[in-house]
Amino acid sequence: MSVIAKQTKTAPKKRSKFQETWRRFKKNGRAVVGLAIVAILLLAAVLAPIISPYGPNDQNPRNRLQGPSAEHWFGTDELGRDILTRIIYGARISMSVGLIAICISLIGGVALGAVAGYYGGALDNIIMRCMDVLLSIPTILLNISIVAALGSGLENVMIAIGVSSIPGYCRIVRASILSLREQDFVEASRAAGASDFFLITQHILPNCLAPLIVQATLRIGAAILSCASMSFLGLGIVPPTPEWGSMLSTGRDFLRDAPHVCIFPGLAIMAAVFSMNLVGDGLRDALDPKLKD
Amino acid sequence: MNGDKLLEIKNLTVHYESFDATVHAVENLNLSLRHGETLGLVGETGAGKTTTVKSVMRILPDPPAKIVSGEILFDGQDLLKLSVKEMRKIRGKQISMIFQDPMTSLNPVMTVAEQIAEVIRLHEKCSKKDAHKKACDMLELVGIRPERGSDYPHQFSGGMKQRVVIAMALACNPRFLIADEPTTALDVTIQAQVLELMKRLKAQYQTAMIMITHDLGIVADICDYVAIMYAGEVVEYGTREHIFNHTGHPYTRGLFACIPDIFTDQNELEPINGLTPDPTQLPEGCRFHPRCPHATERCAKEHPENIELAPGHFVACHLANKGGNENA
Amino acid sequence: MLKYIVRRLLMLIPVLLGVILVVFTLMYITPGDPVDSLLGDNATPEAREALREELGLNGGYFQRFYNYITRLLRGDMGICYATNLNVATRIAQTFPNTVKLATFAVVFAVILGLSFGVISAIKQYSFLDNLVMSVSMIGVSMPSFWCGLLLMLLFCVQLNWLPASGFDSFACVILPGVSLGLNSAASIARMTRSSMLEVIRQDYISTARAKGQSEFRVIMDHALKNALIPVITTVGMQFGLLLGGAVLIESIFSIPGVGKMMVDAIKARNYPIVQGGVLVIALAFCLVNLVVDILYAYVDPRIRSQYK
Repeated sequence: MSVIAKQTKTAPKKRSKFQETWRRFKKNGRAVVGLAIVAILLLAAVLAPIISPYGPNDQNPRNRLQGPSAEHWFGTDELGRDILTRIIYGARISMSVGLIAICISLIGGVALGAVAGYYGGALDNIIMRCMDVLLSIPTILLNISIVAALGSGLENVMIAIGVSSIPGYCRIVRASILSLREQDFVEASRAAGASDFFLITQHILPNCLAPLIVQATLRIGAAILSCASMSFLGLGIVPPTPEWGSMLSTGRDFLRDAPHVCIFPGLAIMAAVFSMNLVGDGLRDALDPKLKD
Repeated sequence: MNGDKLLEIKNLTVHYESFDATVHAVENLNLSLRHGETLGLVGETGAGKTTTVKSVMRILPDPPAKIVSGEILFDGQDLLKLSVKEMRKIRGKQISMIFQDPMTSLNPVMTVAEQIAEVIRLHEKCSKKDAHKKACDMLELVGIRPERGSDYPHQFSGGMKQRVVIAMALACNPRFLIADEPTTALDVTIQAQVLELMKRLKAQYQTAMIMITHDLGIVADICDYVAIMYAGEVVEYGTREHIFNHTGHPYTRGLFACIPDIFTDQNELEPINGLTPDPTQLPEGCRFHPRCPHATERCAKEHPENIELAPGHFVACHLANKGGNENA
Repeated sequence: MLKYIVRRLLMLIPVLLGVILVVFTLMYITPGDPVDSLLGDNATPEAREALREELGLNGGYFQRFYNYITRLLRGDMGICYATNLNVATRIAQTFPNTVKLATFAVVFAVILGLSFGVISAIKQYSFLDNLVMSVSMIGVSMPSFWCGLLLMLLFCVQLNWLPASGFDSFACVILPGVSLGLNSAASIARMTRSSMLEVIRQDYISTARAKGQSEFRVIMDHALKNALIPVITTVGMQFGLLLGGAVLIESIFSIPGVGKMMVDAIKARNYPIVQGGVLVIALAFCLVNLVVDILYAYVDPRIRSQYK
């Protein structure tokens, strides 16, 4: 009802877009919880050597597969390593994979999408067909094929995940540009003699920032999950590096007698993905209030 | 006197309640309508017109809408006291409603004949085939070729869609029709056609009608009685002739002043100053006083009672009295 | 409509060619020589050379790609290094298992997701709605392989109700199917809810109520069919994720499907199997998307009339 729409009459002072978004974001309880978990994980990643009670690779064969206790909150694994410590160090891997992979795909996707959307024609066609090809191979398969080709290891996992998420961004940017290209302010700027590069970077990209930020946040969670999945299959980051997925993978063999070896790394993966999803959803609602119910 | 009244709304109050504010959408509203008559409900957007008629249909979204008090007597029976099931038998059969925007009031994934047949099947015992046949007859009645019944809404133009909606509303021959700005979304030429159609069918079926509009031209064309609404209240009510010739309320006069008159040499229209008040914080006293050019101290303090200017012509204004209103 | 389908099928050809090129290139640059694992360290150089020739591993990139494509056009996908069987035969053995798993997961996800999404939307802001939305948020974030392990722990190890591996009875499909479908069920529930909320506010829902239609029929006949349109897209996208997720789930539950076959093949540098497997999965995914688009037209007459 239009009656209700008039409630927001107490017009807020003019605030920057950032402040306005933050104000709306803060009101969303779930999003704040998500942000708190993300902050904890980031802190854990940065401060790992300081806060973790043991070294990530300190073995203690006499203490193997112990359940949670006062000395080992999350128990120990098959080599007697402290699981809590390894999860804290694992946050380093997961967070850096998430962030760097997303940077790779953002740069690639935005560049390709901008070129495709802005110039159109044959170039657009070629780029978008390439994206179709990438999209028609399930992500996990593409990831493990790339890692098989490049070899295991942190950098290659980042590259694989980064490359396979390019199409998502490419499509967002292209779609925004197609709708923006015809709009008056772009036309006006072009008429005033602006160069293509100037137009794309100054006018068009700022206008598709909102969906890009949301997509990027949600994709960080997906990237963490991809990294864990690959390592779980033994084709990503390999032991003894403390990676959540590979911890789960080795834990499988002891599922019957020491389920905690599997449970805690899985919880860590879920917390990371869950928090990123909450933050992403919160950002979407805050950036575009129209979408909210 | 009460016996021939088809619809009587008594002291209706409707609020929209959200957790931090209450919107007083309709306050203490009284209206009545006799068989076969047409009432025009006029007012700005947000005055509570749609809320009023949706209360009659009992299709307000609840939550947040709440009917706080009042009675809605239809044929002497209080609609607000009926069970959900009894109410369903009245909707579509006794009372029908035409919505504002024909573009959105038809279901895009059903054919138009299916949608008309649906209401027939709900209220009349007949086979699917008969209902379809009758639906096509209704289409013909509103001037659409019956074979187009198997088309989908997106294949019709706006005016044609509104004809479909009218066919749907009249399919069960209701005694009372509510039309919520049925022509606002249409082109001017189509508006005239649709209005003409409604007038003809109304006369043919002897249907009583409430017509919501903010177009006083339509009121002059089709209505017997007029109720002017402002901020959830009826501020003036009377026959069309009385309202047009002996306007009593400053707000009504303001509405008239907003219509361009091509016969007099006007330089500019006179808009009513200000905006409709925030329905969560309505002004004290007369709700119109902050915008009223004639407001006095009394208007800011005391809520005006209804004054009967002439038999059947009520005005809620402190300044109105039998003699003085013309030069207030 | 037929013309549209034919055009879409023709458009598949360049995409599949692209898929072949990408996978072939990746396998080409993958280090390691399959001959090592096939013949062992003691093989004579002559025997190695002969085998390379036989497998088409000699020659440069373009030569090998040309060889692969020409063979493929003749319907020859190559020989599986591990079993010496035709790749097509291997796929025929494994693909039905993956289809069975994915179908169970999709059906499970659609039933669960749709019903909870609808309930959540019509009871918006109720306790039930909050519960469904919180659970589905967790469901979206739950790694399927972890979920699989937890279910296995509960139902196979603790309760001993269901088998933990093998794929010969319906009981074997339940756990892997549920863990595979859980993510999708949660996504579908969220999508259904927001789509239903959008539709419920539309005027034609008020129209249906104004006709005297019962609330149940208003939701089922009028709202759901409209709300389904965006949900169908989600289901289509989920199917692609499911095919990928099957790789993980099949490994956990030791299901002899395409996914497990391909993971093993990638580890063993069994190139023909990887190439063939990716090709088949990509084809399946594209066909599912085509079906989704046709379904779209079936549900939405506005799209249907565009195809005519």
